[in-house]
Amino acid sequence: MIEVTETPGLATLQDLGRHGSLRYGVGVAGAMDRVSLAAGNLLLGNEAGAAGIEVPIFPFAVRFTAACRFALTGADCAARLAGRDLLPWSVHAANAGDELVLGLPRAQSGCRAYLVLLGGVDVPAVLGSRSTQIRGAFGGLEGRPLRVGDRLGAAAPSQAGPLGIGVMPPALTLPLALDGLDAMRVLPSAEYESLTASSRDAFWAGTWKITAQSDRYGYRLAGETLAFEQPVEMLSHGIVPGVIQVPPSGQPIIQMSDAQPSGGYPKFGTVIEADLWRLGQAPVGSRIRFIRTDWAEALAAQDAVQAWLGDIQQMIGLWSDYAGAQR
Amino acid sequence: MTVFSVLGTTAALFEAGSAKATLATQQRIWAMAATAGAWPEVREAVPGMNNLMLVFTQPPADLAVFEAQVLACWQEAEPLALDGRVVELPVIYGGEHGPHLADVMAHTGLDVDELVDRHTAPLYPVFALGSHPGYCYLGGMDARIATPRRTIPVMRIPGGAVSIGGAQTGVSASDGPSGWNTIGHTDNSFFDPTRSPPVLLQPGDSIRFRADRVIR
Repeated sequence: MIEVTETPGLATLQDLGRHGSLRYGVGVAGAMDRVSLAAGNLLLGNEAGAAGIEVPIFPFAVRFTAACRFALTGADCAARLAGRDLLPWSVHAANAGDELVLGLPRAQSGCRAYLVLLGGVDVPAVLGSRSTQIRGAFGGLEGRPLRVGDRLGAAAPSQAGPLGIGVMPPALTLPLALDGLDAMRVLPSAEYESLTASSRDAFWAGTWKITAQSDRYGYRLAGETLAFEQPVEMLSHGIVPGVIQVPPSGQPIIQMSDAQPSGGYPKFGTVIEADLWRLGQAPVGSRIRFIRTDWAEALAAQDAVQAWLGDIQQMIGLWSDYAGAQR
Repeated sequence: MTVFSVLGTTAALFEAGSAKATLATQQRIWAMAATAGAWPEVREAVPGMNNLMLVFTQPPADLAVFEAQVLACWQEAEPLALDGRVVELPVIYGGEHGPHLADVMAHTGLDVDELVDRHTAPLYPVFALGSHPGYCYLGGMDARIATPRRTIPVMRIPGGAVSIGGAQTGVSASDGPSGWNTIGHTDNSFFDPTRSPPVLLQPGDSIRFRADRVIR
């Protein structure tokens, strides 16, 4: 169906994550921006959790070996299909032989693009997921990033949505910024009160740079050095993507999709699930802010994301009903 | 004092409150995992070292009610003496697969025979799994061979590496970075995603290390 013709590296197959195997030491993996992946799937009429390709480094190109519908979501990469410009966040149709090229993301549009095929990329599910698990090398395609020459097929679609349809990206419909910088909401965690008052204040008031030592495992941030009142000794405990750890250096690390399932550093708080996609799209070198939130607000934020995805599903469902009635 | 906290809206963390992980407390954590893992709002109960993470299917609307439920579960938890298997692991100590054996000897002041004797003597209970697929957190190491983690982590330690980090010992299940002191190597496979369960060892099982060879 498609053959990878250009990849500078680290493009991987991802779905919404591998759940239920943390107790075996297996992390969740999954798309860094699950909202984009789910939206691409829903636009095509796929299940929200079908596997797609996450592209973090560009240019990335594939050649279609058979006609196929696909959607592009995530960062706007000035995509071209057989030399024609494509609208981002929409459904397109490729003919056999067409080459699709994703270029550098446009400013402010994010840093990871998702290429989603009608039916979803067809690789075997391992422990309930098609996401690539790098440590242990399973899931995705042989548990590794894609290479030039890799061929991927799509599963048989259960239904197809309309061609050419698109949506406004969530960065525009669900924006969150503070003083002009992208912001993420954080729920404090158990060791929060053990930090010095000035460190807590500095975290909320400061701007944080996403350093070059940031990837799918975690984002290392640079900013004010955070300190504890006294050294905090932790026993190894479960952690999840979004957890903000404060190692001895005092420069926080946010666990991301490929986070290991346990850790031992004290924690400042956790970026709420509803805002993890924003972080997944924040590029290396960019500056971000954090906003303190509470439980009720965090639940409402998650509901807002679900409602936005629900609207897409409903729109495609209505179209399918209408198209069915016309036949 | 026990601690209940949340990890965003994704999970809750219950900590039994001890400074050092004990088997008696861990057996109550296992009991709690068995009970709470069946609650409808819990997707998965994940034991840590004397703590338990509960991953939500749907985050509970009323967190105070959920916290009370977790605390009641802890108070009612009777130690669950999981009677697991004992797996013996033949180890080659030292040589190219034990690059930090000399550092552990230097830190502990023990000669290689004393060190190997003390490492092979205990039956190590598997407390929990974590870190990477198939990796076991073990209890029971002789405090006399405790050695601080390395100041600079090694970027790639092979699967099967037997190591000491602080007061703990363990075996890497696959290649990856590690800050622990590698003293030897074993050939067992600890994880196979095509098997059910995918892991060789689970909480309640135990490991015994046997000195297959000592390279001096």
